[in-house]
Amino acid sequence: MKRVGLFITCVNDALYPETPKAVVQILERLGYEVDFPAAQTCCGQMHANSGYQEDARTLARSFEEVFGGYDAVVTPSGSCAAMVRDQYPHLTGSGLGARVHELSEFLLDVAGVEDVGARFPHRVTYHPTCHGTRALGLGDKPVRLLRAVRDIELVELPAADQCCGFGGTFALKNSEVSSAMLADKCRNAAATGAEYLAAADNSCLTHIGGGLTRAGGPRPVHYAEILASAA
Amino acid sequence: MSARKRGTAVPTSAAPASAVVPAASLIPADAPFPKAAKVALGMPQLRKNLAHATGTIRAKRAKVAGELDDWEHLRDSAAAIKADVQHRLPELAIEFERNAIAAGATVHWARDGAEANRIAVRIVREAGAEEVVKVKSMATQEIELNEYFEAQGLRAFETDLAELIVQLAEDRPSHILVPAIHYNRTEIRDIFDQRMGDAPAGLTDDPAALAEAARLHLRRRFLSAKVAVSGANFAVAETGSLVVVESEGNGRMCLTMPETLISIVGIEKLLPRFEDLEVFMQLLPRSSTGERMNPYTSVWTGSREGDGPRDVHVILLDNGRTRVLEDEVGRQALSCIRCSACLNVCPVYERTGGHAYGHVYPGPIGAILAPQLEPGRHDDLPYASSLCGACYEVCPVKIDIPEVLVHLRQQGPHAAGEQAAMGAAKAVMARPRLWRTALRAARLGSLPWRRKGFVRRLPWPGSRWTVSRDLPVPPKEDFRSWWKERQR
Ligand code: SF4
Repeated sequence: MKRVGLFITCVNDALYPETPKAVVQILERLGYEVDFPAAQTCCGQMHANSGYQEDARTLARSFEEVFGGYDAVVTPSGSCAAMVRDQYPHLTGSGLGARVHELSEFLLDVAGVEDVGARFPHRVTYHPTCHGTRALGLGDKPVRLLRAVRDIELVELPAADQCCGFGGTFALKNSEVSSAMLADKCRNAAATGAEYLAAADNSCLTHIGGGLTRAGGPRPVHYAEILASAA
Repeated sequence: MSARKRGTAVPTSAAPASAVVPAASLIPADAPFPKAAKVALGMPQLRKNLAHATGTIRAKRAKVAGELDDWEHLRDSAAAIKADVQHRLPELAIEFERNAIAAGATVHWARDGAEANRIAVRIVREAGAEEVVKVKSMATQEIELNEYFEAQGLRAFETDLAELIVQLAEDRPSHILVPAIHYNRTEIRDIFDQRMGDAPAGLTDDPAALAEAARLHLRRRFLSAKVAVSGANFAVAETGSLVVVESEGNGRMCLTMPETLISIVGIEKLLPRFEDLEVFMQLLPRSSTGERMNPYTSVWTGSREGDGPRDVHVILLDNGRTRVLEDEVGRQALSCIRCSACLNVCPVYERTGGHAYGHVYPGPIGAILAPQLEPGRHDDLPYASSLCGACYEVCPVKIDIPEVLVHLRQQGPHAAGEQAAMGAAKAVMARPRLWRTALRAARLGSLPWRRKGFVRRLPWPGSRWTVSRDLPVPPKEDFRSWWKERQR
């Protein structure tokens, strides 16, 4: 199996083209044929987590239609992969989740590669996003990949496992609590002295980055973009 | 005891006290969660106390839970036992009743809090008493027993140290296990000094001195009390026994010294067999106080002549629990053993404290239990979570709190504006063509901000975002055009 479907996620579709580009480059370098089905939109996570189950079900069905034919689907988002794997079975009874992999899962567990041949001569700290870490159980997979990057200096983020306060509509509905959580995350990120703050989800990085441009601190970057940087 | 306080330069002293202002009086209990939370967030001392206390207990829990190789198996076992209880609750309740009566207890059934309170008052009156001593109990907080007693001309004295502090301050509990978690020791010294009546002169904020003052104060109550009121951590159906798990020993005093004992027990506290305690006694102390074993565990079965209370009553409390049981997803909340681990790890609770939740059960467990126990009254609580999942990770009985939160969100009600926005988003996302058109429109519409790279200020409701965060602007070239270009 050398052909994989790429689910770029709605957030990257709208805001962050560099992340899916990076995924394409990494996978192609490893010899995979990447396919981007243009009919893809959103996995339905926002609707599901906000309590709009019917809407989420509709979006889940379209996702299944678009990606049902692939043996493997790769996505650069821990929370979207968790959505398909954890929530689709309840929504549509779909078992597609077993074939949908967050990038680090795919690289380590399917492709069996830890060193993707990247070089990134910078100081980087890593924020383990909640859904990736807890719901999907990524553990330290993205960090293992980052450790193999040449010339990278990885520094630990204090209180790394604390949520950044995003939580989708939580950031709007409970804006004050969310902002208080964000302030702590930004303070901890700045304290590392890192140039970049990497994570496995651009939605969380939108939140943290949106705070960091004000507070000052590392630049947000999806870890895929670090892995894609050429040696 | 060192005179240096953690992180501050305030020395241990008998410095002039500031007047006690109960935290609950500042945080509106009936306000929606976001509003109450905002008030709490604006109280720097409260936030400092909470961050310190939850941080300490979190680290302790993680350490002792990590010591057990079979921790995950214990959690699975506990979840399975609780699920079994939920499947045959009526049968177990009746088995418990039969065995407790055979052992000499009187068993009462209370449909709701009002009924439980009435039964309790009747028993106190029949015992010829006007006051009772209390073991720390969430069930009696839930049914507002103290308030009802007072209205009936009776007095209930809390004997748990933290509950005593809260009662003296005329405050409300802000945590399941440590109801006074929002106070630091200087504030506690002030409360004792001003409200206890018999606090020693020159009382300092040294923890040992505070504990001693409370001990002397409570000793008098224990010696004179004829009736005690308790809850229970577990009720064993097989034997008709009740179990109270505590740290201080004050509960043990209440459970053994008075003539009459009234225990108010939620029906979800049932366990089938005595040996099930083996599982829960490993999980509970580690999850709640971060101790391997708690100092005092009291088990009693009915009454026995010459050994403890002669008149033993058990009030089995429903108060909405059977209704919660009907919901296949929501019923997980009935597995809760009130350890409070989920509160201590919750990033929302850590910043707001318990009062903002407006219910005796705060934090993640409160966010799923309160709306189910009192339908329609706490619809904002399922949203008081970023769904980060830290609660689920630590819950000793493996309640999938994020799952229940989402489940409750589905039941609505949803604001009309939000509903329209979600519907529109879905309509666009369900049609790939429309979605691409919308993305194009967003790229064009954001042209004015392109150079800066982000938007700093938006009108409401976007201001809920930009209050603390910038919003990125769509890029000039999206992934789709890059991809198309490459395919050629
Ligand atoms: S929900 Fe779980 S973690 Fe929270 S108090 Fe109950 S048993 Fe403890």
